[in-house]
Amino acid sequence: MSKRIDVKDLNVYYGDFLAVEDVNINIEAKSVTAFIGPSGCGKSTFLRTLNRMHEVLPGARVEGEVLLDGDNLYGHGVDPVSVRAQIGMVFQRPNPFPTMSIRDNVLAGVKLNNKKITKGAADALVEKSLLGANLWNEVKDRLDKPGSGLSGGQQQRLCIARAIAVEPQVILMDEPCSALDPISTLAIEDLINELKDQFTVVIVTHNMQQAARVSDKTAFFNIAGTGKPGKLIEFGDTHSIFSNPSQKATEDYVSGRFG
Amino acid sequence: MTNTPLTTQGAGRTGDKVFSGAALAAGCLILAVLFGVALFLVVQALPALVAPPDKIQGGHGFFAYIGPIVVGTLIAAVIALVIATPIAIGVALFISHFAPRRLASGLGYVVDLLAAIPSVVYGAWGAAFLAKEIAPAYEWMASNLGWLPIFQGPASATGKTILTAGIVLSVMVLPIITSISREIFLQTPKLHEEAALALGATRWEMIRMAVFPFARPGVISAVMLGLGRALGETMAVALVLSSGALTASLIQSGNQTIAAEIALNFPEASGLKVNTLIAAGLVLFVITLGVNMVARWIITKHKEFSGAN
Amino acid sequence: MTATAPVARKRSAFTKGQLPKAAPYVILAAALVVGAAVMALIGFNPFGWGIVSAILFTIGLVSLTGITEGARKAKDKLATCLVVGSFLIALLPLVSVIWTVLSSGIPGLLTPGFLTTSMNGVTGTFDNKSVEEGTKVLGGVYHALMGTLQITLVATIISVPVGLLTAVYLVEYGNDRALARAITFFVDVMTGIPSIVAGLFSAAFFFALVGPGTKTGAVAAVALSVLMIPVVVRSSEEMLKIVPNELREAAYALGVRKWRTILKVVIPTAISGIASGVTLAIARVIGETAPILVTAGFATTINNNVFGGWMASLPTFIYTQILNPTSPSNPEPSAQRAWGAALVLIILVMLLNLVARLVARVFAPKTGR
Repeated sequence: MSKRIDVKDLNVYYGDFLAVEDVNINIEAKSVTAFIGPSGCGKSTFLRTLNRMHEVLPGARVEGEVLLDGDNLYGHGVDPVSVRAQIGMVFQRPNPFPTMSIRDNVLAGVKLNNKKITKGAADALVEKSLLGANLWNEVKDRLDKPGSGLSGGQQQRLCIARAIAVEPQVILMDEPCSALDPISTLAIEDLINELKDQFTVVIVTHNMQQAARVSDKTAFFNIAGTGKPGKLIEFGDTHSIFSNPSQKATEDYVSGRFG
Repeated sequence: MTNTPLTTQGAGRTGDKVFSGAALAAGCLILAVLFGVALFLVVQALPALVAPPDKIQGGHGFFAYIGPIVVGTLIAAVIALVIATPIAIGVALFISHFAPRRLASGLGYVVDLLAAIPSVVYGAWGAAFLAKEIAPAYEWMASNLGWLPIFQGPASATGKTILTAGIVLSVMVLPIITSISREIFLQTPKLHEEAALALGATRWEMIRMAVFPFARPGVISAVMLGLGRALGETMAVALVLSSGALTASLIQSGNQTIAAEIALNFPEASGLKVNTLIAAGLVLFVITLGVNMVARWIITKHKEFSGAN
Repeated sequence: MTATAPVARKRSAFTKGQLPKAAPYVILAAALVVGAAVMALIGFNPFGWGIVSAILFTIGLVSLTGITEGARKAKDKLATCLVVGSFLIALLPLVSVIWTVLSSGIPGLLTPGFLTTSMNGVTGTFDNKSVEEGTKVLGGVYHALMGTLQITLVATIISVPVGLLTAVYLVEYGNDRALARAITFFVDVMTGIPSIVAGLFSAAFFFALVGPGTKTGAVAAVALSVLMIPVVVRSSEEMLKIVPNELREAAYALGVRKWRTILKVVIPTAISGIASGVTLAIARVIGETAPILVTAGFATTINNNVFGGWMASLPTFIYTQILNPTSPSNPEPSAQRAWGAALVLIILVMLLNLVARLVARVFAPKTGR
C-alpha cells in the first residue's frame, strides 16, 4: 500500500512565471520526507505538483516527469482525479466538511465518489481510519455529531483519517501543524511516525525541529531573491542535513543564521 | 488496490463535461433571454412603426402617440426622485451613522419592508387613501400657488393626479435608493472618518468631509437605479392617475405614463393596437436599459476605485 | 485629609457653555404644546400636529444651540434633526399602508367563504343586493389564490435551475473570462427591466410562437421568470462565493471530481443562503401585477391548467376589482374583496420573508459541539 515517487527535471510555472526550477528528487516508499526552506521558496507549490493539486489554480503548469512507481503522473491521458485518489493531501488549516458528521467526513472520499459500500464495511472503514489517525477513542461516542465541533487538533486528525480512508499510496501534508497548539502538534507528529508503516509521507514544514523529529530524509529549498524561481538546494538523510550539511546555504538556514 | 491505473475513461469525465456544459448553457441562456426580449419586442413592434400614420391611435403616427406619454413618464419619475432622493439619503445616513448601533440593522429591516409590499397594494393605497387625503392640499395649492404653471387650477377633486402618482412612486423607489446608499455610507473608510473627528469636526462636518465625497458616485448610481424603477413602475400610476392629455399642471387630472398606458389598454387590445403598445414597451425598455447601464457602469467604476483604498 | 474638593459642584471645562442634557426634552414638550395650540386654531388633525411640532422643535433646538454653543454646533443639530425627520417621514407610508390594508382588509378576509369560493357567477346584482339589504358580500379569491400559487410555482421551477446553474458557472467555471463578465453585467441590467416589459416580452414571444392572443398561466410564468432569474443568480452567486476554497481543495484531494464536489460539497454548504435567496425572489415576484395583466388575462373562474385558458391571480384580482368594480353603481363590495385580497397577498409576502429568515438560520451549517 505504498509507492515511491521519483521526480525528474521538474519546472513549475504560473503563466509565464517560473516558480520552481529543475527539481530532481527520489522519495522512498514507507518513509517520511520533510521539505524545509524560507517562505516563498516554492516548497508548497512543489508539494502540490506531486498530486496535481496546483492545477486548481488557473494558469499553473508543469514541465518534466513525476513517476509514481514508474508511472508518470503527467503522462498522456492521465486523469488528475485518479492521481489524487492515490496521492492524498492534508492542508495547512483543518478543513472538515461543515455539512457532514464525523462519520460522514471519514467516509467522504467513498461517498462523494458514489461508490457502493455496505453499512458493515463502512463502519469497519470508519473505525479503521479513525484508529489509524489516533482519534477513535476521542470521538467513538459522537460519530454523528458535526466534525466542525471538534478542537483544531482533533479536526486535523479527522482530516488525516479522511485522507487515509481512501487508502492512498502517498500522503502529502502542507504545514499540517501550523494552525495548531503545541500539544495537538505533538499528537500529529506521533501520528506521522505511525503512518509511515503503511504510507509514503511527504511533509512541508516551517518548523525545523519538527522536520528533525519526524522525517527520515529532508529536502532544503531556497530562493535567490524575489521574482527568481525556487530551487532544491540539498536533499539527504535528515541527520546529515541538520548536523553536517554539504551546502553553505543549508548550514546557514538550519543553524538559524538566515530565513 | 495497489495497481489502480492512473488513466480512467468514461463515467467520471463525462459527468464533469455534462455539468460544466449545463452551467455554461444556463449562463448563455440568460444572455439569449435578454437578446430575445429586445428581438421579440422589435419584431412585434415593427408593424406599428411602419404603419400609415392614420391607422395609429390619434391618427398622427406612432411618434405623435408616444411623445406625450414619454414626457408623462419622465414627469412622474422626476417627481418621485425629487421627493425620494433627499429622504432616502437621510434615512440611509440615519441607519449608517446616527442610529444606535444595536438598532441599526433592525431599522434597516423596517425600511426593507417598504420594498416587500407589492406594487398593486401601493396603487390601491394611493387610489383609495392618499388621493382622498391629499385633495384638500391641492385645492390650497391651486388657490395660493396657482400662478405657477405646475400648480395651475382647477385642482382635481378626486386627487387622482400625476403628483399623487409621483408621491406613490417615491415611496416605492425609496427603499432602493436607501439600501444602496446605506451600503456605500457604511463602506466609508473608518480612517477618513476618524481623521475628521480627530480634527474636532462635529458629526455633520465629518459626514460632509469624509462620507459624502467618498459616497457621491455610489449615491448617484443608486438614484439612477431608482429612476429606472420609477420609469417602469406600472401599478402605482395605472391605479392612481386618472389619465388624459399632456398638461403642465401637476394637480389636475391628465398625463399618462408608458407603463400605465400599456397596462390599461393591452388586455382589451387587438390588431395593430397590440403592436402599438408593444412598440411603446420597446421605447420604455430602451430608456430603462440606458439608465440602468449607466448606473451599473458608475457602480463598477466605483468598485475599482474603492478597491484601491 | 484636608478637603481640597470644591464645595459647590462646578461644571467641568468640557461641558461649559453647553445646553443642559434635558434641554431637548423641554423643547420637545414645548413644541408639542405650541403645536397643539396652533392646530386648535386651524382645525386639529394628528398628522398636522406631528408636522408642526417637529418643525417647531427643530427651530427651537437649532436656534437655542446657535445662541449657546455657536453656529457649527447648530448646523450639526439641524442635520441631526433632518436625518431623524426623514426616517420618521419614511415610516409614515409604511404605517399608513399597513393600517389601510388591515382596517379595510379584515372585514373582507373574515367574510365566510372568502378564501374558498371564486368569483364564478358573482354579478353586479348580487353586490347591489348586499349593499341594499346588508347581506354578506358574495364571491372570493380562491381562483386568484390558486392562480398565483400555480403561476409562481411554474416560474420558480423555470428560474431556480437556470439561476443556480448560472451562478455555478460564474463562481466555479467563469474564472473572470469575458463571457463571465458579460453575464454578470447583463444580469445586473436584467434586474432593472420594468416588469411590464418582461410581460410584453413573454406575450410577444408566445404570440410569435403559438399564435396571436395566447394568454395562459404559462405565459405569465415565463414573464415572472425573466424577473426572477437575475435575483436568483445574484443571491446564489454571493452564497457560493463565501464557501471557503479549502473545502473544494479537500474534496479534490480525496480524488473527487469537480462536478461532484460542486453538487455534494459546495452547494450543500451554501444551501441555506441559496434557499433563503430563492424564497426572497419568490416573495418579490408573487406580488407582480403588470406582467400577469398582459399575459394571463382575467378569469373569474377556477382554472387549474397553466397551459390553457385565462388565469386569475391575486394582484390582478385586486387591480380589476378596484378599477372595474363588479357593480359599477355599488363599488363597496368590490373594494372589500380587493382589500381582503390585498391582505392575503401581504400575508403571503411577509410569510415568505419570514420563511427566508428561518431557512437561513435553521439550515446553516452546524458548528456547535
